[in-house]
Amino acid sequence: MSDVDKPKKRDINKAKTKVPMREQAPQDRIFNFEEVPLGYDENEATLEALRCIQCKDKPCVRGCPVGIDIPAFLALVGERRFEDALRKIKEKNFLPAICGRVCPQEDQCELVCTLNKPDKGREPGGVGRVERFLGDYAMEHDLTITPVCAAPTGKKVAIIGSGPAGLTAASDLAQKGHDVTVFEALHKPGGVLFYGIPQFRLPKEILVREIDGMKEMGVKFVMNYPVGKAEPLDEIRARFDATFIGTGAGLPWFLGIPGENLNGVYSANEFLTRVNLMGGYKFPERADTPVKKIKRIAVVGAGNTAMDSARTAKRLRPEVVYLVYRRSRLEMPARIEEIHHAEEEGIDFQLLHSPVEIVDDGTGAVGAIRCQEMELGEPDASGRRRPVPIEGKIKEWAVDTVVISIGQGPNPLLTADCPDLKRDPKKGTIVIDPWMRTSYPDTYAAGDIVTGGATVILAMGQGRKAADSIHRFLTTGDPADPEAGQGDVCGNLT
Amino acid sequence: MGNRIVTARELAPKTWLFEIEADHIAKRGKAGQFIILRVNDEGERIPLTIANRDPARGTITIVAQEVGKTTEMLNALDVGDEIHDLAGPLGKPTEIPTGKTVVCVGGGIGNAVVWPQVQALKQAGNKVIAILGARTKELLILEDEIRAIADQVIVTTDDGSYGRKGMVTHALDDLIDSGEKIDEVITIGPVVMMKFVCRTTAPHGIPTQASLNPIMVDGTGMCGACRVTVGGKTRFACVEGPEFDGHQTDFDELITRLSYYKPEERASLDHHHRCKMDEAARALDRQA
Repeated sequence: MSDVDKPKKRDINKAKTKVPMREQAPQDRIFNFEEVPLGYDENEATLEALRCIQCKDKPCVRGCPVGIDIPAFLALVGERRFEDALRKIKEKNFLPAICGRVCPQEDQCELVCTLNKPDKGREPGGVGRVERFLGDYAMEHDLTITPVCAAPTGKKVAIIGSGPAGLTAASDLAQKGHDVTVFEALHKPGGVLFYGIPQFRLPKEILVREIDGMKEMGVKFVMNYPVGKAEPLDEIRARFDATFIGTGAGLPWFLGIPGENLNGVYSANEFLTRVNLMGGYKFPERADTPVKKIKRIAVVGAGNTAMDSARTAKRLRPEVVYLVYRRSRLEMPARIEEIHHAEEEGIDFQLLHSPVEIVDDGTGAVGAIRCQEMELGEPDASGRRRPVPIEGKIKEWAVDTVVISIGQGPNPLLTADCPDLKRDPKKGTIVIDPWMRTSYPDTYAAGDIVTGGATVILAMGQGRKAADSIHRFLTTGDPADPEAGQGDVCGNLT
Repeated sequence: MGNRIVTARELAPKTWLFEIEADHIAKRGKAGQFIILRVNDEGERIPLTIANRDPARGTITIVAQEVGKTTEMLNALDVGDEIHDLAGPLGKPTEIPTGKTVVCVGGGIGNAVVWPQVQALKQAGNKVIAILGARTKELLILEDEIRAIADQVIVTTDDGSYGRKGMVTHALDDLIDSGEKIDEVITIGPVVMMKFVCRTTAPHGIPTQASLNPIMVDGTGMCGACRVTVGGKTRFACVEGPEFDGHQTDFDELITRLSYYKPEERASLDHHHRCKMDEAARALDRQA
């Protein structure tokens, strides 16, 4: 890489641990919706970037679902060439301010980092933190690094759904010179980045700015347009040379226990949508969508969405927020950082309890949540120890609100309109081949509508892969990558 | 953006009809489906049934009764104004039989939904009898429009100021007793009314569809705010409805769920009125 000089050996910061990131103190942040980690300043970012030893192997690049050249951008930051570093990231990822915040780096680039030796007390390079710094730097300095788009190809691509997968595919395809239109069912673009992830984890202003950048690249956005209802998929396919589906996993699951339709029981989607998308925490002064005044709330589940729900609830100033989970702490699917933040904020974890009933307060509203105490038995199919009820041990907590956050399935709004589009008969997810192509030859799919529910960055990685395939399909007629190795293919169509 | 209002007409006190430019909804919407709109960037998403469509003009018609802040702000709009956000068509269309006798029972603002249903049913070659209820004469809406297409129209008012005095269920009872062979009933209106319509038809075994109006947020199946219990199962009205088998529907649960945000709706409207009064006071100050 000629444009990046490797830092000299003496420049390397040999600190074993990451440069600490300043945070809003828990006792302050539970009273506002501002971000919790405050980010690095230029010096902190430079110091952290200089911890990268520029190893030859670069396992981090392979660990990144979108293949960012991590050592290269860290080296540039080490030289305080922030704009160049940003340009380097944007070659592969146009949303650094978002990914720096919501990627589970500890399971990806940072997990495989050569530096990462927990047994020796050595932390990996703080890739996510530096990435976030660059995204914020761009905003503070009003830098618009719009990738240069290739000459127009004259090919039109429809992107259905403006979540992480759709936005990634849209920007990649626009960069390759295609004429891209994004269709979104809701009134704001961003999908889960807007309605799901709370303001204190991803300020909406950042999202809006990244999307504005895409508009500058020529990407068109059509809001309030639920494809499948507003226009059948077949008609979209007829109007466009290729179609991409990234409609996500927007169908909330409930527990199926008595009392679940009582007033005060929300899906995590509804709770978060009311607060994030509709701004319910500003009701009634600056938003018209209400969220109930909560006194005591139980959030059921222990994934990232459950943590988001619990921490959002905390900011609505209730007396207590319980987090009820049927397994133990070890099995919690949420990121460690999120669990840690929730604990710091005083979320009351009630582990090894499985809800059996939501109790009516006598007016048709939630009065309590009744739970069965569990213990861990033998590992189940997921490899986690199976929770087993302890007979006779039932516990009840008085609450007025319950948020169910136990996962979700693929949204059927679009697929109900095209019954012959091949889907997994059990899960309802769209079936794709190794090149992300659906059973319609001109239609590709990625993200949660394919996986059934995963992370933002995985959806983005898939969106990129689909965009590559669409590009090949539009230019050569064949989505297959002749240079790809066996390990490069994904897809669930066999 | 579009969504321009081309017609605004007051049908009854606090009840307005709007014809809005929305080409794709006009082209693809069907009887029984709804739209979701917002009146400004801080606005709530509210569902309203598509009352009429004109594919040639590229317009849809909605009818809104003032019940809260959003509907009050909507009804303050005029010809030439634009609806901030308009999404649709959403929900499943009404299942339209052919060659049957169908009675549509509407009440209050529900008559706006009866209108497209009567049209669709007539087009499919059914005999259609409409029973239109209102509290009093001046609140009765769209009578002329429905009369122009239905085979028979029976009007009831609670106070007897127009048509027959009494409830729609009385008229329906009499119609059943008269020996009219009714294949199906479709009902839309206040939940209590629909509950009693279903109670009226159940003993006679007349299939009855009720068009439910639960609270919705996204309207695309994503949040589940609109869940209703039908046949002991939880269903999402926005994507699986809004019409369900009325004999299987738990109307009492729906009534309870609809009441949950009443205090907040009141607070929001009060706040809105205070803001309007403050604004008026400031305007007066400026004049003085």
